[in-house]
Amino acid sequence: MKRIKQRYRYSFVLLKQLVKTDFKIRYQGSALGYLWTLLRPLALFTILYIVFVKFLRVGDQIPYFAVYLLVGIVFWNFFVEVTLGSVGAIVAKGDLMRKLSFPRYVIIVAGSFSASINLLINMVVVFLFMLLSHVPLRVNGLLIVFPLMELFVFSLSVGLLLSALFVRFRDINYIWEVALQAGFYATPILYPITLVMAMSITAAKVLMLNPMAQIIQDARAFLVTEQTETIATIYGSSWARLIPVTIVLLLAVVSVWYFKKRSPYFAEEV
Amino acid sequence: MEDVAIQVKRVSKNFALPHERAKSVKEAFINPFRSSMHKNVDVQHALKDISFTVKKGEFFGIVGRNGSGKSTLLKLLAGIYQPTKGSIVTKGKLVPFIELGVGFNPELTGRQNVFLNGALLGFSEKEVAAQYDDIVEFAELKDFMDQKLKNYSSGMQVRLAFSMAVRAKADILLIDEVLAVGDADFQRKCFEYFKQLKNNRVTVVFVSHDMNAVREYCDRALLIEKSKLVDIGETSGIAEQYQKLFMSQQGQSVGSEQGDDRWGDQKLVITNVAAEIDEHWLKITQTIKARVDSEPPIVGVRVRDASGKDITGTNTILEDTKLPSLHKGQVLKIEFKFPNVFADGKYTVDPAVLHNDGITVSDWWNRALYVNIQKKRHLPYMVDPGFLINYTIK
Repeated sequence: MKRIKQRYRYSFVLLKQLVKTDFKIRYQGSALGYLWTLLRPLALFTILYIVFVKFLRVGDQIPYFAVYLLVGIVFWNFFVEVTLGSVGAIVAKGDLMRKLSFPRYVIIVAGSFSASINLLINMVVVFLFMLLSHVPLRVNGLLIVFPLMELFVFSLSVGLLLSALFVRFRDINYIWEVALQAGFYATPILYPITLVMAMSITAAKVLMLNPMAQIIQDARAFLVTEQTETIATIYGSSWARLIPVTIVLLLAVVSVWYFKKRSPYFAEEV
Repeated sequence: MEDVAIQVKRVSKNFALPHERAKSVKEAFINPFRSSMHKNVDVQHALKDISFTVKKGEFFGIVGRNGSGKSTLLKLLAGIYQPTKGSIVTKGKLVPFIELGVGFNPELTGRQNVFLNGALLGFSEKEVAAQYDDIVEFAELKDFMDQKLKNYSSGMQVRLAFSMAVRAKADILLIDEVLAVGDADFQRKCFEYFKQLKNNRVTVVFVSHDMNAVREYCDRALLIEKSKLVDIGETSGIAEQYQKLFMSQQGQSVGSEQGDDRWGDQKLVITNVAAEIDEHWLKITQTIKARVDSEPPIVGVRVRDASGKDITGTNTILEDTKLPSLHKGQVLKIEFKFPNVFADGKYTVDPAVLHNDGITVSDWWNRALYVNIQKKRHLPYMVDPGFLINYTIK
């Protein structure tokens, strides 16, 4: 235990300062400062709520659909923040890397920690929204930590992989931006999964294999209502959940392996 | 093995230099990955087969000209680059100072930067806080710590960075010409720090152009030239070899083709120019070959400083030296020896051969040779004629 502490001491020290620095710098010079962390997802939520829920009457049959929508947006927002922030992060720190040898993953992990702080604050807002919308609070709500953990691991894995790939392939950031656009619509965020199920159950089954879809639906089931369709109810078996979870774990292994393999050469390749 | 701090075994380092060729938009569109995956790659051999060991507590110098590979070597030692071949083993905590103030962020205040830079040096927040007052005092920046770094002058930034750097607790320190920046006062602080390191028996690897600093502090040094290790050994010997590099090389390397810097009918041609320098004398030797039978020639030499200003010069007429006629194929070797009264710096030597009339140029060669003068004694004036002081007391 002591040896582990000794070995990772430098990483911890560095990580802490990088997160703090990011926190201090991010909203410097903006009048509302840190409030933007809350305002951005709330603004997106308001727009989507007005367009889709009020005008297009999406999710009419779903109780507390506003909270549903907010949970989806907050989770998706975190995924976007971590992955998009990671893509160029290694290259942006090229100057530092050419002068100092430090564990390169710290840069990416620091980015995802900063985003996690934002996520937690956003979760407080979600909680307030739940109270305002009179969502009945259940003990099951505490299980939200599992989807949150899965979300963190998934986002960090994607972030590590993309950042390492971007050092060699500078098209990755454009491709990823497009992929995120597509992903937003391929994930049941602003439409309920029941809409897809009504049209084609196969399509719904395929969509749910996407870890983001599984994570968001599980989070909604824990937080909002038990009636939420999750990957388990759609497939009729809890075992189905293993597919997206396995995808996440495999991706984590591949990402860490690739990042570890490439990181000694970052300094000369960026 | 116990007292070895750094062991470098047969290390080579290659860099792939991609050629970026402009491609048609269509081509790029059809195969967006092609450009990055199938680049024409040139391999640059930055280091070839380098081996050496640094003992614990040694002050070890790495010298070499620009582009010789010494900075690459330092980055390999720091673990920033990975060797292509060979192995590097370092024992103990290693801190590199490739540059002062690494990671400084202009948008943060001085205080915040101290903590950030401290973390990069491996200090926890507590450890930085404990030394914070000392750091600020040493940097003489007490009233500026809550200002953003972008409002600091470059001198203030360097002071703060240096104040941080001297705190680093390391078993091995790698220092890359940190001394090149800063004013005299700052350099004095640097030297004091070096002395302190030397007294504390910290292992230091020091990369520098400044032979005086190398002579003064390093126990041993390594000379690297054109990616290869030339010699390792006593500092004074290495420093001498380093200085010789500047003399030998350029006499030949400057293009002997006629052009702006060289003209004349080339009936008598300068085939070689060399300089020998010591603390007291400068000797310039010209080798002149007669391509045809010629009347007694006039040979001259001129020394100019780096800005091109004439410093001194002479010729065989002014010195009352009568040279004989030369037959075709004969080679004349002529020495100009004069006191080395020059201040430290780079000088150029312009040799010339004129025909007997003193007007027709046979071979005039500007900047045939670069001479680098570095003396043990520094006088902050252009000429050091060698003063003798006498005094009496009554």
